[in-house]
Amino acid sequence: MTDAATPTPVGPSPGASPIRRPVLSGPHLRRRYAAERRFRLYGLASIAVAGLMLLLLVGSIWQKGHSAFWQTYVEITVTFSEGVLNPDGGPVDHHELERADYLSLVRDALKEQFPEATGDRRLRRQLYGIVSTNADFALRRMVLDDPSLVGQRRPVWVKLSDDLDSLAKGHIRRDLPESDRRVSDIELGWYDVLDKAGRIESRFNVDLFTAGDSREPVEAGIYGALIGSILTMTITLLVSFPVGVMAAVYLEEFAPRNRLTDVIEVNINNLAAVPSIVFGLLGLAVFLNFFGLPRSAPLVGGLVLALMTLPTIIIASRSALKAVPPSIREAAFGLGASPLQVVTHHVLPLAMPGILTGTIIGMAQALGETAPLLMIGMVAFIVDIPQGFTDPATVLPVQIYLWADSPERAFVERTSAAILVLLGFLVLMNAVAVLLRKRFERRW
Amino acid sequence: MMSNTTQATAAAPAAAPIHSVDEPRGGDPRPATATAVKIKARDVNVYYGDKHALKHVDLDINENEVTALIGPSGCGKSTFLRCLNRMNDVIDSCRVVGDITLDEADIYDPSLDVVQLRARVGMVFQKPNPFPKSIYDNVAYGPRIHGLAHNKADIDDIVRQSLERAGLLKEVHDRLDQPGTGLSGGQQQRLCIARAIAVNPEVILMDEPCSALDPIATARIEELIDELRENFTIVIVTHSMQQAARVSQRTAFFHLGDLVEVGNTEQIFTNPKDSRTQGYITGRFG
Repeated sequence: MTDAATPTPVGPSPGASPIRRPVLSGPHLRRRYAAERRFRLYGLASIAVAGLMLLLLVGSIWQKGHSAFWQTYVEITVTFSEGVLNPDGGPVDHHELERADYLSLVRDALKEQFPEATGDRRLRRQLYGIVSTNADFALRRMVLDDPSLVGQRRPVWVKLSDDLDSLAKGHIRRDLPESDRRVSDIELGWYDVLDKAGRIESRFNVDLFTAGDSREPVEAGIYGALIGSILTMTITLLVSFPVGVMAAVYLEEFAPRNRLTDVIEVNINNLAAVPSIVFGLLGLAVFLNFFGLPRSAPLVGGLVLALMTLPTIIIASRSALKAVPPSIREAAFGLGASPLQVVTHHVLPLAMPGILTGTIIGMAQALGETAPLLMIGMVAFIVDIPQGFTDPATVLPVQIYLWADSPERAFVERTSAAILVLLGFLVLMNAVAVLLRKRFERRW
Repeated sequence: MMSNTTQATAAAPAAAPIHSVDEPRGGDPRPATATAVKIKARDVNVYYGDKHALKHVDLDINENEVTALIGPSGCGKSTFLRCLNRMNDVIDSCRVVGDITLDEADIYDPSLDVVQLRARVGMVFQKPNPFPKSIYDNVAYGPRIHGLAHNKADIDDIVRQSLERAGLLKEVHDRLDQPGTGLSGGQQQRLCIARAIAVNPEVILMDEPCSALDPIATARIEELIDELRENFTIVIVTHSMQQAARVSQRTAFFHLGDLVEVGNTEQIFTNPKDSRTQGYITGRFG
């Protein structure tokens, strides 16, 4: 248009070199197309490699972990003998039933099944070991639920021990010499007998999802860690999202540009690069030692992870706010909207998808974080399911770390199963974020 | 940010006759006393950091007239326009010195509420910038935040009226809930005009409102500007001299931050006093 203030000469000056026009064929163009094709190929290859890696990773975890979702049960015929459950006769007393010796019921049932093992003491102990050491708890629960069982004889399905469970799942090779095997020849024989009699059955491992941690692999579950993770993430989200978004909005929309805000900006970027364990140390020093908050609590874990997540959320939110076209701000200002109205009515809703993306990246990071939690005592063996934000708890990645550290063969598959659950939780969280983002986007 | 003082207001006689401003620059053949002065700018200087973007501008905007600001790019006409509703406040490095009064009241008075000012002095931008909301919400936004309507029916009325006045209602009456960003460029710009007039401002500032539009849409908007003149005072920045000639009653020519000449549009285009104005309108530069 009429842009220049002074007239400019138009056209080539006389005596200039001949006009060169682009050639529409020839080697130059071929090279260009080839480069284009190559570039596309590189992109496809990268995606293929990334997809293959992901597939390999998830595949190997699944291959190792899927068997943990099943648990082998054995049927034993238990005599709920009056002599054990109600030794002093008379009416059945709840209190008495609670304290009765259910272990002897299990042992009697096993001895009855395999009378040949009763003579030798060592043999007897091996026999008792083919069922889970917590089998008596299952009997106890049964009797407490239904006291009329006392005096009756019932087939009961109890969990097989972790070694025989591994055998049933094919994790233990039978062709190895006995000394290299976790299961002795005798146990192998018992197992085969039970299997032939149809007394071995594989069932879905409900306990994996409903129980807390345990030293006994067949009893160990991730429910406690899952609840711990949810509680911790709740605190993290509640703290880091509002604080992060407010900080970003202030820095981006209201703060004057000066040395101070420059320093703040640089330091926020630096914080994002601080190793996470440092945040754990900070949490230990500040939240535990100074404020005296409880150890191993989701509250403290959430606060520490919130500190770690803040820079991510602030940086992502700021770039999302920056990406809102200035024309929208001008339009709102031009109508007489106050700065706060401009932000809350126009800028923030438009930036929300970007802010949510940043938040979910930060939360996903926090969900998988172990190191800072080590410092504040969340790496503990906790059997109870946490009931609140101040109960001792652990989180999924820490549970994975603890199980990976356990020597029992049966924890290997459980570790992988816990990883699968963690990944599932992550996918769920991302899905929620994507849904939220879609909703926000659809409104505009 | 604003170094404007009340002393300066006192120094400039508030009741100075309008032609005294125009006379040194060539004079307005007809006395402009017939129409009241809406906005009065005296010795306005604008700096972007060290850059002196607008130099000692004295200009009166008459009520219910269209005043066109013309001049080559970078001459300060948009900057001047944005002074009139303090949109320059948004830019950090921008500094405005001088007096601008709206109905004799200093608009740079620290006690003046910018929100109120912008409700009285509306603005239409170069590029149509509807909010990414429905057509209805675009128009209803201003009345809502200024509390002009108390119930749904009132807002409905305002929205329909504003769209009608902007000449858009016929085209969109059956899709008010569709996003405003889905309209064509010309419709979007008329939507922006509807949005601006929905709050019933006294002055409407238009910053090259037609530069992104095709000739038909442009003609439609020019028509609209002429109709709106009855109720509003309009200041329009334009690069098209034909447009200035068509829609405006008065024209001001800016060059390199100076207000070179101001006068009746007819006079500016037929008998410019300044050689630079002559050069610009005849297309010798710019």
